Amino acid sequence: MRAYPYRRVEWRPGARLEKPLSACSIAVVTTAAFHLPSQPPFDETIRGGDSSYRELPVDACLPALGIAHKSDAFDHAGLEQDRNLAFPLDRLRELQADGAIGALALTHYSFMGSITAPGKLISTSAPAVASLLLKQHVDAVLLTPV
Amino acid sequence: MGLIQSIIEAAGIPTVSISLLREVTEKVDPPRVLYVDRPLGFPLGEPGNPGVQRAILIQALELLLVGDLPTRSSIQV
Repeated sequence: MRAYPYRRVEWRPGARLEKPLSACSIAVVTTAAFHLPSQPPFDETIRGGDSSYRELPVDACLPALGIAHKSDAFDHAGLEQDRNLAFPLDRLRELQADGAIGALALTHYSFMGSITAPGKLISTSAPAVASLLLKQHVDAVLLTPV
Repeated sequence: MGLIQSIIEAAGIPTVSISLLREVTEKVDPPRVLYVDRPLGFPLGEPGNPGVQRAILIQALELLLVGDLPTRSSIQV
């Protein structure tokens, strides 16, 4: 953990939710390194971390998602058993059915995490995902680690 | 992850994150965080336990309604 530079990005004053959750479209951004079987996995050999992202459609088959993290820093058993642990599509669908949230975004996003040199993440890939979320008119974003 | 969160928030979309590493998260200082008392690899609590996952998810989403930022909450499951 000491290797982390602990960079900060200024977000203040922060964004406001303009409507109740029951009317909001929610997107998930995870750093669980999930990818579709048809997408290339993240590259763990890149020094400082792979700052790219993968688009995960809302109709993705959860058990089929690949997990690119090879890190032994955490126990993979839970995620192997149930991708909802980091990408809770099934739970969000239930909340939508109950009327607690309005909708799920059509596209969600996956990063690798554990990026020790976040320059490109800050300058390029995270702003690109923010821009795609804005284009989708997402109202709020849930971020999940592993 | 807190960096990605801060960038999305700065772009104008309210964000909330789940964190399993309080010490790291506080250094990155993102706007809304739910601390989950579980080890790395278990952000929504337990595999195959929809009740626990749902409780964590709801508490996280409710933080989106908080306007006084930054805000922190925690859940023990």
